[in-house]
Amino acid sequence: MATDILTGFTCPLPLSQYPHVLLAHGGGGQLTNQLIEQLFVPAFGNPMLEQRHDGARLSLGGARLAFTTDSYVVRPLFFPGGDIGTLAVNGTVNDLAMCGARPAFLSAGFILEEGLEMATLWRVVASMRAAAQAAGVQLVTGDTKVVDRGRGDGLYVNTAGVGLVEHERVIAPASVRPGDVVLVSGDIGRHGMAVMAVREGLTFESDIDSDCAPLVEPVFALLDAGIDVHCLRDLTRGGLASALVEIARAAAVHVRVDEAAIPVREDVRGACEILGFDPLYVANEGRFIAIVPAADAAQALDVLQAVPVSAGARVIGTVSDQPAGCVTERSVIGATRVVDLLSGEQLPRIC
Amino acid sequence: MRFVDEYRDPAAAAAYADALRRITTRPWTIMEVCGGQTHAIVKFGVDELLPPGVTLVHGPGCPVCVTPLELIEKAIDLASRPNVTFCSFGDMLRVPGQSRDLLSVKAAGGDVRIVYSPLDALAIARRAPDREVVFFAVGFETTAPANAMAVAQAAEAGVSNFSILVSHVLVPPAMTAILSSPAARVQGFLAAGHVCTIMGVKEYEPLAATHHVPIVVTGFEPIDILQGVYMCVKQLEEGRAEVENQYARVVRRAGNRSAQQLIREVFRIVPRKWRGVGEIPASGLGLQPRYAAFDAEQRFGVADRVVDEPGECISGRIMQGLAKPPDCPAFGTVCTPEHPLGATMVSTEGACAAYYRYRRVRVPAGNAASPTR
Amino acid sequence: MCLAVPGRLLDIDGADPLLRAGRVDFAGIVKHVNLSYVPEAKVGDFVLVHVGFAISTVDEAEAGKVFSYLREMGDLAELSTDDSP
Repeated sequence: MATDILTGFTCPLPLSQYPHVLLAHGGGGQLTNQLIEQLFVPAFGNPMLEQRHDGARLSLGGARLAFTTDSYVVRPLFFPGGDIGTLAVNGTVNDLAMCGARPAFLSAGFILEEGLEMATLWRVVASMRAAAQAAGVQLVTGDTKVVDRGRGDGLYVNTAGVGLVEHERVIAPASVRPGDVVLVSGDIGRHGMAVMAVREGLTFESDIDSDCAPLVEPVFALLDAGIDVHCLRDLTRGGLASALVEIARAAAVHVRVDEAAIPVREDVRGACEILGFDPLYVANEGRFIAIVPAADAAQALDVLQAVPVSAGARVIGTVSDQPAGCVTERSVIGATRVVDLLSGEQLPRIC
Repeated sequence: MRFVDEYRDPAAAAAYADALRRITTRPWTIMEVCGGQTHAIVKFGVDELLPPGVTLVHGPGCPVCVTPLELIEKAIDLASRPNVTFCSFGDMLRVPGQSRDLLSVKAAGGDVRIVYSPLDALAIARRAPDREVVFFAVGFETTAPANAMAVAQAAEAGVSNFSILVSHVLVPPAMTAILSSPAARVQGFLAAGHVCTIMGVKEYEPLAATHHVPIVVTGFEPIDILQGVYMCVKQLEEGRAEVENQYARVVRRAGNRSAQQLIREVFRIVPRKWRGVGEIPASGLGLQPRYAAFDAEQRFGVADRVVDEPGECISGRIMQGLAKPPDCPAFGTVCTPEHPLGATMVSTEGACAAYYRYRRVRVPAGNAASPTR
Repeated sequence: MCLAVPGRLLDIDGADPLLRAGRVDFAGIVKHVNLSYVPEAKVGDFVLVHVGFAISTVDEAEAGKVFSYLREMGDLAELSTDDSP
């Protein structure tokens, strides 16, 4: 173990296991979790971080805020239905919305590679402007750095955001209860497969657009309707499966989903089949799950379906107490399988 | 999706499960050879629908799992060279070599690329004539025609910067080795449907006759597997040992003649080492001498090394159906999907990974109710 | 091993047998596929595709037999229950 001489902080990760960072550490699966649990959380440990939710809920001078950050490293920069700019704005907006906070202000930090075409930067910025407008947020501060050619892969963006929590609810895994119902806001897998369709070596013709979108409207529709929302989680990398597993673990509950109930568009399925992907683990950028008491489920569904971005909402599962910390799925043929985090990113397979 | 969804129908699944229960009077052990079948069994929970007496064991049907350690090390060696663009199917990237895998070579700066088809690797070679492009030609007979075509097209077009690292294995010799082992407990086989799409079913007839085992050529969807198991158990119950074809919608008795022809043209049968099992004679494919220029091992003179497997890994015994993953002391402790010791834990359809992910979870009756019924 | 998926052949190009190829539709996704190994395949047929190659055509009549087999078994099961004392 490596010890930092100045602070005496001893790196808890066995470095010999992973002396180098791997792509999988950013995949949203087991290794990302390991990095968070074994390196970041112990290093910075505090009650807000311990919540392990997308955004931190803070109290500052009497105001109740939610605060979040996200970095965007997607390749290619432009893909059907969006670009790194739309992701950068909506990703952070959505993390705030998942706390039940009304997103207000964003910052944007750019890391640009020397030699990046100015026209490319302009396109990204224009997207961010449009996305911010659509989401009702303002970009109020930022930073720009340029790195040597060959070191930056074009362009990286980090956004951080702050929003006001106007309600009294605790919308977090800790509020999830046995008996609750799980809803998903629409069909899954579009973003991941839209990006796959334009990746070198895997190209295929498709009409799949990324589902990248702000989710403020459906969240507030639920809150305004008085739905007793227990937990919200937007689906990003790692897909529906990862969001469910993280919540089941954080809340120490059993989440049971029904494969037949999980909406997947036919062409997204086709793309998944030919590459050997499981839609459950494919990235999304404009979808979320809502966990509500059973009594509120029918109304929650109606409310979501009335908002365009969540018109495809469905009930997909239930929460119970045992086996705790675990997600199971009833497969289409009626058998049970355990849904785990993947150890790395899904790779196209021939087997 | 047509010709996919029908074979995932719950009513048909229940009907086959029922039929199986009716005819099973004794315990039977059946081996499914193909990793793709293992994958489907795990994903859909097919074995949950089988009667208690019917046990499915997972065979060495995963070319990823059986690629010898020496070859993984050669791949890592090549991928680490600055002038080489190393192309591979996604499956191979996480298979552990002695200390690293291809993904970590990529992390350290190697030009490692995932491709969907060997023709994509050839296209990369044509677009970048200054790079040496090596394609990791892994697979069973199913993938051999594709790899053969890439070499044939490269030869025809005179592409001089393209070569393949061959790791092709053949199924029937593996089945023979398993059946010939004195500890053999497999009583019937589900043969690999896509392998048979290429090679036909004839080569299994001598096996069935000599060892008196039923062999059912089976597809990959849950209904296919259930029907395949049903047909196999029916034979066992009736004391028959024939080759039957469950997957007749794509498998013809003679297989795919044009594919077999190009395989013979580009490849020849060679002895091959199977990871965890050892060398099986006449069990692999190597390039024909006239295509030697496309053989990456010869082109780059990658030296043969003796590489030792981690002592604890028993994947060889598992792949032959002689042990189950939970029998291994390292299973789930030292050896996990995040930290695999052997290939059967790394590949998503390796038996150990399948057992690990699919470990039995007791869901109390009330909690298993479907939310949407 | 052997992930192979059935798709519908939309069109064929390339007269050279080594280069015979076409576009195959998988529920709305279209991929360019080598057709050298299915010389008998016609536009509209379903083909089984593995790593960018069609390795077989799908025989629709055979495809249905998986289910007629079930129905026959169902009939047999009824017969045997009728016969039971």
